[in-house]
Amino acid sequence: MDDESAAPQTRRDLLAMIGTVAGGAVMYQAMTSLGHAEESPYTGPIRLEGDPRGASVLILGAGLAGMVAALELRKAGYQVQVLEYQDRLGGRNWTLRGGDTFTELGGETQTCRFDPGLYINPGPWRVPYHHHGFLDYAKRLGVRLEPFVQVNHNAYAHSANAYGGKPKRFREVQADFIGNVAEMLAKAANQDKLDQPLSKDDKDALLAALRSWGALDGNYTYRESLATSDRRGFERDPGGGLAGPPQTSKPLERNELMRSGLWRTLITGMVHEFQTTIFQPVGGMDMLGKALAREVGGLVRMNAKVTKIHQDPSGVTVTYTDTKAGGAPQTTKADWCLCTIPLSILSQIEINVGSKMAAGIDAASAYDASVKVGLQFRRRFWEQDDAIFGGISTTDLPIRQISYPSSDFFSDGKGVLLGAYPYNGPAAYLLSAMSAEQRVRKAVEDGSKIHPQYPQEFENGVSVAWHRIPWTLGCAASWPGETRKQHYADLCAIDGRIALAGEHLSYLPAWQEGAILSSLDAITRLHKRIVGGN
Amino acid sequence: MRTQCKLAASGMVIALAGAAIAQTAAPRPPYILPTQVAARDGAGVYREVCAACHMPDGKGAIGAGAYPALTNNEKLEVAGYPIALILNGQRAMPGFGRMLDDQQVAAVTAYIRTNFGNRFTGAVRADDVKTMR
Repeated sequence: MDDESAAPQTRRDLLAMIGTVAGGAVMYQAMTSLGHAEESPYTGPIRLEGDPRGASVLILGAGLAGMVAALELRKAGYQVQVLEYQDRLGGRNWTLRGGDTFTELGGETQTCRFDPGLYINPGPWRVPYHHHGFLDYAKRLGVRLEPFVQVNHNAYAHSANAYGGKPKRFREVQADFIGNVAEMLAKAANQDKLDQPLSKDDKDALLAALRSWGALDGNYTYRESLATSDRRGFERDPGGGLAGPPQTSKPLERNELMRSGLWRTLITGMVHEFQTTIFQPVGGMDMLGKALAREVGGLVRMNAKVTKIHQDPSGVTVTYTDTKAGGAPQTTKADWCLCTIPLSILSQIEINVGSKMAAGIDAASAYDASVKVGLQFRRRFWEQDDAIFGGISTTDLPIRQISYPSSDFFSDGKGVLLGAYPYNGPAAYLLSAMSAEQRVRKAVEDGSKIHPQYPQEFENGVSVAWHRIPWTLGCAASWPGETRKQHYADLCAIDGRIALAGEHLSYLPAWQEGAILSSLDAITRLHKRIVGGN
Repeated sequence: MRTQCKLAASGMVIALAGAAIAQTAAPRPPYILPTQVAARDGAGVYREVCAACHMPDGKGAIGAGAYPALTNNEKLEVAGYPIALILNGQRAMPGFGRMLDDQQVAAVTAYIRTNFGNRFTGAVRADDVKTMR
């Protein structure tokens, strides 16, 4: 997720600024204090020791949180049943392939028309190396992983308002941004114009670092040279024989570069969640959901729309309707309930919990907005024409980013791009408010500004606007303002016989790791209460 | 609580007749991503934001949860109610106070109060929104 909230100075903008001005270490510190960039505390498979003596647990929702709980609780000796609204298991762990059909709120049904082997992940699509919970379940369940390319130095940075709308390469922006900042700082240091005086030793050390970091010359100047072209790329690459001599490239002018905003593209890969190495399941993100479904799918009743959750001293009774078969509302009962229904939905379901949990459900139930558009092209022109293999191009157009597939490089066949992925802010709503066909058209139109090959090569597209997804009403928990401080602990606490879990009850919102860790934490506490009898 | 106080203060909201005066948003330096909705008029703001959930025809939608219909909706009679919701959100509805300026909130409030089968009278002014922020 590249969050882009509506605040004039968003958290991510703030982080970008801190990162740009002060460097990664300070940004990491700032991110940690803002509740992001926490290392996953997962320490290995949980052990639920003690005999539950036949106790039963009803799990609501068969996404990652629900299915992980089902797997572990059954293993610990519980009687487990699961209710799921959809006719598919996995929740937001979801991959769209040719032939897949889904209907958004408003009634628009899309059928994905991708060729065999091609897909997009409309929800989560990458797994950082430090999301130990996800990675452990993937390993235990035999889900193969491959590298996900996040940063590609040959991908594009584009702004409709800079350089006449012509994109620059990431490597050019990176080298020139760092080089210019290093030069300015070196000059200020040399003229003793830093905010605090430096000892001669410290100044020499700083100057040596800046010269190395920025590829500056002996006068601490960033200028066209073999050294700077080695960073930003050559006008003509070094070759062999008589054609060997390289031709250097000319750096971008400093002030124009700063004003362009293209430096924004440098930040994401510096963020802990996006640092190398990142993984994706081979063949689609839903490989983990499918693996979990193989284990616990038999416990799940699908097409069950929960309408009421009622607890009393003897247990929890849940009322639901069968969305396919219809008929009168049905009920099912268990001793305990683990509810992984998104708060956006749960806030509309009758549930008798205490006032603190109820207040939290209401306060935290507005979810982030995001849209993804997948586009199939006749050929992989981004590889063949632009030498872009995986990674992400960024733009200030509403599509915000184009991501290239991280697998099947050099394939002669067709390819699917992620053609749009705005996260929050006006762009995400703009695309959410469009019909599926309009979104695809918009993705092709915006993308053509970066890749003129689009109109010629485009075949078909599919899109998911998360606010129009009937079972989430948004993409992920948003926790605006002070809501986390006020309500998070109350939502995590077990209320009588009911515990809540999901990405919304984690400090990794929108990440699958958050769903897994929240689930493990909730069932560990629930289990302690049940076997401990307190 | 905050919303209720602001609602109480909004008795003055139902105000003079007359169309909202078009204003342009404050200029944005090119290195800052747009944080404001582009459309200025009520129909445009509705089309670019609200239609995502309330749908282009204002009929809302029902899935595991629901988006309320705006069609023939008596809750829109007192303009302060939709203004408060647009600014601050409620339950699954996010607040849009940062993404929309006073003029845009007034324009879209006027739009939903006079479309989708709603025929509520009384103009909505940017000042009415300002007092509720």
